[in-house]
Amino acid sequence: MIKAILVFNNHGKPRLSKFYQYFNEDMQQQIIKETFQLVSKRDDNVCNFLEGGSLIGGSDYKLIYRHYATLYFVFCVDSSESELGILDLIQVFVETLDKCFENVCELDLIFHADAAHQVLDELVMGGMVLQTNMNDILCRLQEQNKMQKAEAGISAAPARAVSAVKSMNLPQQLRDMKLPDLPQAIKDLKF
Amino acid sequence: MALKKVKGNFERMFDKNLTDLVRGIRNNKDNEAKYIAQCMEEIKVELRQDNIAVKANAVAKLTYLQMLGYDISWAIFNIIEVMSSNKFTYKRIGYLAASQSFHADSELLMLTTNMIRKDLNAQNQYEAGLALSGLSCFISHDLARDLANDIMTLMSSTKPYLRMKAVLMMYKVFLRYPEALRPAFPKLKEKLEDPDPGVQSAAVNVVCELARKNPKNYLSLAPVFFKLMTTSTNNWMLIKIIKLFGALTPLEPRLGKKLIEPLTNLIHSTSAMSLLYECINTVIAVLISISSGMPGHAASVQLCVQKLRILIEDSDQNLKYLGLLAMSRILKSHPKSVQAHKDLVLACLDDKDESIRLRALGLLYGMVSKKNLMEIVKKLMMHMERAEGTLYRDELLTRMIEICSQNNYQHVVDFEWYVTVLAELTEMETSAKHGAALARQLTEVGARVAAVRGFAARECAALCRRCAGAPPGPASREVLYAAAYVLAEYCQEEAVMRESVSPLLVCAAVGGAHMRARAVCVHAAFKLTAKLLHCYEKRGDLDAAISVVREALAGLRPLLCSEDMEVQERAHNATALLSLLLPRLGATDGDGDLPHVVDGTLVDHEQSNGLEKQTNGENVNGEESHGFSGGLIEELVDLFEGELKPVAPKAQKKVPMPPDLDLNQWLSRDHWSSESSSSEEEADGGAVFAAPQPDPRPTAQFTPEELQMLREARRQEQANNPHYLKDDSPRSYQQEDVPIAEIALEVPLQIQSKRSDKYLISKESSKKTKKEKRSSKKRKSKKDKHSSESDSDDGEESIRRPAVDAGGELPDGAAPSDDEPPPPHDDPHRALDLDLDLPLREEELLTSRIHQYPSPESGLLAKKSKESKKSKSAKKESTEKSVKKKKEKKSKHDKKVDLMLSESTKSYVNEGWLIDDLSKSNEKTATKASDNDKVLIDNHVKSSKTEKNKKSKRDAKEKDSKKKKSSKKDKHETKIGYEEALGISTPSKEVI
Repeated sequence: MIKAILVFNNHGKPRLSKFYQYFNEDMQQQIIKETFQLVSKRDDNVCNFLEGGSLIGGSDYKLIYRHYATLYFVFCVDSSESELGILDLIQVFVETLDKCFENVCELDLIFHADAAHQVLDELVMGGMVLQTNMNDILCRLQEQNKMQKAEAGISAAPARAVSAVKSMNLPQQLRDMKLPDLPQAIKDLKF
Repeated sequence: MALKKVKGNFERMFDKNLTDLVRGIRNNKDNEAKYIAQCMEEIKVELRQDNIAVKANAVAKLTYLQMLGYDISWAIFNIIEVMSSNKFTYKRIGYLAASQSFHADSELLMLTTNMIRKDLNAQNQYEAGLALSGLSCFISHDLARDLANDIMTLMSSTKPYLRMKAVLMMYKVFLRYPEALRPAFPKLKEKLEDPDPGVQSAAVNVVCELARKNPKNYLSLAPVFFKLMTTSTNNWMLIKIIKLFGALTPLEPRLGKKLIEPLTNLIHSTSAMSLLYECINTVIAVLISISSGMPGHAASVQLCVQKLRILIEDSDQNLKYLGLLAMSRILKSHPKSVQAHKDLVLACLDDKDESIRLRALGLLYGMVSKKNLMEIVKKLMMHMERAEGTLYRDELLTRMIEICSQNNYQHVVDFEWYVTVLAELTEMETSAKHGAALARQLTEVGARVAAVRGFAARECAALCRRCAGAPPGPASREVLYAAAYVLAEYCQEEAVMRESVSPLLVCAAVGGAHMRARAVCVHAAFKLTAKLLHCYEKRGDLDAAISVVREALAGLRPLLCSEDMEVQERAHNATALLSLLLPRLGATDGDGDLPHVVDGTLVDHEQSNGLEKQTNGENVNGEESHGFSGGLIEELVDLFEGELKPVAPKAQKKVPMPPDLDLNQWLSRDHWSSESSSSEEEADGGAVFAAPQPDPRPTAQFTPEELQMLREARRQEQANNPHYLKDDSPRSYQQEDVPIAEIALEVPLQIQSKRSDKYLISKESSKKTKKEKRSSKKRKSKKDKHSSESDSDDGEESIRRPAVDAGGELPDGAAPSDDEPPPPHDDPHRALDLDLDLPLREEELLTSRIHQYPSPESGLLAKKSKESKKSKSAKKESTEKSVKKKKEKKSKHDKKVDLMLSESTKSYVNEGWLIDDLSKSNEKTATKASDNDKVLIDNHVKSSKTEKNKKSKRDAKEKDSKKKKSSKKDKHETKIGYEEALGISTPSKEVI
């Protein structure tokens, strides 16, 4: 069983968190913090398995993580999961995100955490691996997004127009004149 | 209407959506909390509006805030509203929020039951899929009970996507609602052979999870899995199946034998490392379960170890880690084959990755032998010096102690070396926690190894002097606690004792309040003084005696007003006794110039300490004078006579309760005062207050075998105990080489090496010279004491190490091997421990429940107990018969069922697929059984199901079998009862 899936950046800011066992919000934040502290002090060329998280699980559980650019993807799993299998699963997850967002970066996850959750829901359900074939996952996601688009129909057009204008909001653009934001704005333009 | 909708949309355009929220938070980095509080207010306003789009927007924002750690449980009702929208877009938002924030104990969850049922039965597969995904995160017992049937229906949906999700969902249902497992199991089994690989994989996944906790119930599925394993090419599924086999083989060794070949083939053929690794793991599990005696057994071990070596040597750190992990599993059963790769493991100790170092450390435990222990520990000591990070340091120290002390110090040949290592570790002054661990070791070695006591005492004396000289570090403070004890208890050398009295008393004065060793130091100093006085008395050296008493008294004086109560009290005691002694010494001596005057304050203290004085007085009165203190010194030494022996860990629990002790009896004042102490009257008194109750705890009574065992154990103990005279016990040390006390302790000769290294060096040098020594006959006695020390440790000594006292003291008649029953723990999987091969009962079938709340009769237990009462009278007759037949069948039965296997089982254990003909025929009979029989079968089935119900049945049976039976036997009864029921038709007719 997978107990939790956490995505956070190099500074420990959560970008996506999914707990398959209930913890209250404070506890969740503590777990993220502890996990970040454990994971972040490790070099990139050491192994991807980590034992000794005290808050979540216990001796039966281990953390399996991968570090991509600015993001850590951490899965907390028990002994019924294959360690190397989970590493592959993280790879599948990230590749799927990459396909969905076209060159995924941290900003995609910041602004579209809901979309990332949808990807995750097709990958893992209730702590168990659901589907590992990336093409199947993409196909499911496309169909669902199509449904959503069909529902929005004509009435969604003005809303999207407004949000596009908002995204172009020049003073704001100037204020956070971070380079990564620009392609984001452009992407938002073409729907 | 349409206009309103458009208007709503227009309004919405200018609301803050999720993107705006995120952007806003990023722009307000400095006052994030304030900004979010403001947004929360906006969201609350939005949630109050009627427009579902606005609400959905608000809920989406809430979901984001939840991730940041804000509690959103107050919005549960709004989230449910959004979930119940007809639009897929909003449903998605709602279900996402629900899956993130709801949990099984959330309030208002029952509001969702019908909505979720509607979604589950929706036309669109994605709506149903969404509901399943969401539900998997927050399903509760009530939801599971009410929706189990709907989810079961989805398991046979035409759409593979839904089947897959429903199968996985069932696992969550089982966890919350164990009653669903039996009715759903046939379907789950079916899904193992589903045409869609995804569904198959999901079913395998679920069964694996179930079987991990209760493997014995799933043995019957082994053939299906075996087929899947040999045919499937899906690595994900193969991994799961192979893991499952790993869990099953310990229960069925024959399965393991059959598995070895295909697994070995897979190991040779697969290119996927993950699969290879799991195969190796399962082969290891098989090898452990079948122990040895199988052809090709050694070859399999060899293959595994070889493959693992390749993994460990790989440059990929992940593979290295896993390789070490698997190695540690082999280590438990086949230490020899792992030991061959010692070089590899030792190399891993130098790895830069902490995870790998920790794993390698774990392996070291099995790698050490008498020969290489010193080397390995030296290496670890070096790591200890370099190590950063408390976790690794902690682990290092614990492991070091563990590998040295394992199996009653099996690998330690030279205990002087070990004591030195302990002393060096103390000198590193790491932390109090480590100090405590070291202190335990020091005490233990002192207690168990008589031969090293003299040396240990000297080391401890050095430590005490060091602590007295400079304020001790955190580790020393703890170790001092043990050092003071060991020093005072075991020291035999006069010079060492004489030198230690003052330092000990100085130690007692320093260290501050949190040093628990202080009181022990006072006591130890007093003890040493007493021992010294004894020596001097024997020798008649009065001057020395007086000087030591004076020194002790001077050292004790500052402690008389110590802020630590215990230090103060002990100091007073010691002072009182010693100052009583001092005039005696003066008096018997008759030498006028010796100062008789005891410090005035001390006399005061002595007088205030009336009790102490009195007891001392008695002692003196009882003795006729001999020696120069009139027997007082003898008395003093007597206080410390006797050896403290190690106590076995469970000794306290094993103390048998005296049969006449009744803790429930009143300790009534009347009773005590009015009655004299005659036993008759006491018994009467007991009758007045309460009927004498049977002793709640079993007293130890022994069968002849047990007595035999105990005798054997004692003989063993005598063999190990150094205090029984044995001519070969090598403790030349303490008697003969008193004068060389200094050399082992002080500054090492080489500058960079540690003190403990000399043992290693001497060992190596001895190896070189071994041959010539052997040829030149045997060494004659020790003329050079210095060399004798190292000599005695090599050669014969390497084989013949000092005797180590094993075990510990137990109350008379208690056997050390008794195991405690494991404490019960709370695990949802225990409820899932159900027999899946029994036929289903009608009332077990899941029906769609319309009612939201459980009606009283739907409570499972209530129903059962009712029924069991109903059929009790009828059953009684049948059980009587079955008990009779049971005895006949018993012998036959025992052959079939492996007792080890069934130790913890409560229900029928299928013999596994290797003899599935038998179980098939059983099934056939089961189906053949007429409807009339079914009622009776049901009774038996039920009784095997829950513990409680079992009891009710046992009640009926107890009439036949007077004595209470152990649960193991009970299980046999249920099982046999079941088989009986198949054959007997008459009693069942009576039921109807």
